[in-house]
Amino acid sequence: MSPRRQAAALAAPAVAILGGVAAAPVLFAAWLSLHRSILVFHEQRFAGLSNYRFLLGDERFWSALGTTAYFTALAVAAELLLGLPVAVLLQRGGGLLRAAVLLPWAVPTAVSARMWAWLYNPDYGLFHRILPAVDWLGSPRTALHAAILIDVWKTTPFVALLLLAGLQAIPGEVLKAARVDGASPARAFFSVSLPLLKPAILLAALFRSLDAFRVFDAIYVLTEGGPANATETLSIHAYKTLMRSGDFGYGSTLSVATFACVVALGVLWLRVLGKRP
Amino acid sequence: MKRALGTLAVLAFFLGPLAWQALTSVWPEAELTRPLPRSFTLASYAGLHGTFARAVLNSLVVAAGTTALCLSVGASAAFAIAKLDLPGKRLLLGGALAISMFPPIATVSPLYLALRALHLRDTLAGLVLPYATFALPLTLWLLTSFFRELPDELYRAARVDGCTPWQAFVHVFLPLSWPALATSAILVFIFSWNELLYALTFLSTPERRTIPVAIALFAGEHVEPWGQIAAASVIATLPLALLTLFFQRRIVSGLTAGAVKE
Repeated sequence: MSPRRQAAALAAPAVAILGGVAAAPVLFAAWLSLHRSILVFHEQRFAGLSNYRFLLGDERFWSALGTTAYFTALAVAAELLLGLPVAVLLQRGGGLLRAAVLLPWAVPTAVSARMWAWLYNPDYGLFHRILPAVDWLGSPRTALHAAILIDVWKTTPFVALLLLAGLQAIPGEVLKAARVDGASPARAFFSVSLPLLKPAILLAALFRSLDAFRVFDAIYVLTEGGPANATETLSIHAYKTLMRSGDFGYGSTLSVATFACVVALGVLWLRVLGKRP
Repeated sequence: MKRALGTLAVLAFFLGPLAWQALTSVWPEAELTRPLPRSFTLASYAGLHGTFARAVLNSLVVAAGTTALCLSVGASAAFAIAKLDLPGKRLLLGGALAISMFPPIATVSPLYLALRALHLRDTLAGLVLPYATFALPLTLWLLTSFFRELPDELYRAARVDGCTPWQAFVHVFLPLSWPALATSAILVFIFSWNELLYALTFLSTPERRTIPVAIALFAGEHVEPWGQIAAASVIATLPLALLTLFFQRRIVSGLTAGAVKE
């Protein structure tokens, strides 16, 4: 075998798996989305673009899209704002502090959502003990923010670690030079470190927003999209349509729409990143 | 002083909820109305059914299976990308990165039908393949960047000594790559241990549930069994707490490796 063919043979199993479990299913989902397909009735027939026509008029889809966008924007903004001071703290702290901060990231989201549901519990929850007047999960307005808080708790450690890596890449001499020139530590941070940290911040924002946009676990466990669909995101809406209603045609349409949104968001971010000199 | 306060606030925010959950797991049910428990009990742990023990076992099987599959397939592919003349290597790496950004809901309906057709729905083996969607790209990226850092001379020397590319991989590079393999294994294990959506969709028998599904669907007969949920959460979190404590450095470097270089 020629070396080139040996190289191809070494990579072939990985390529086959990625193609089989990721690339082909996405295409298959697009194909399904053009069908009327109800699982329990064993019914499947070609329906053209009718699912997409229905999608455009589906208020629940638009509301889920809005909820997902709001969730993503608020969660990622909070994680960046909170992640920066945590990163600065981690820079000085030891391994034990790092391990402690990393723990929320490592806990399964389903577990942490159940844990927060208990904190929010209207009878015995810790938050209820402190602020008895608020029904955290019962009202549409607070429920979504309660879910966002879980995401912030879980993924701020990840953001902080990315920013920490960025901070550590800044040469010490640059900061020393700023201090010699008379800049206060705060001034040196905002005028020297922060601009140098911009690539790391943008990268964290890219990763996190694509990840937050597909949010499922926290909301499914916390509220299942309730109350009154106030916390229903695109993934939750698609999941319910697929697995609760068994509507694989329109459910696939929702999945494809979610996928398209994530791709659009990714392309948008890459343009932002690409504009950097 | 300021830093100590900051550290304290950070620890309270990140560890406080976990501590409250641990406290709940030993809080006697009769004392739930009190601000704090007066005594502790292990009744919630004792009350956990055998099905939860099964869930722990199932999660172990799925996470270990995913790790084994992705490392064995990913290592050789990463080696080919990093050191060999592989056509389309940039496309493969870029494609893997794009796949890791896929929303999993986008592949739920086709994978469900495919697993059903293969009689793999509702089996643990049927969960391992879909888990490769997030685990394999991660493995590929981590191992490729590791192999790239090893000198090319090493490969050339092995070839001069008469090794085929495959032999160079197995006898020269693989023995050197255990740190990167360990990092990949830890991260893949954690991600598989935590996955909910695929497990929730593809598994239907309660005895086959993994931990996230068991915890998500944990229900009592009459009232919400908060103590038992807390106990189950503590058990589900313990292995992860040990992993982060012992392998903090590895996890941090693995999570940020791709980000810093690209």
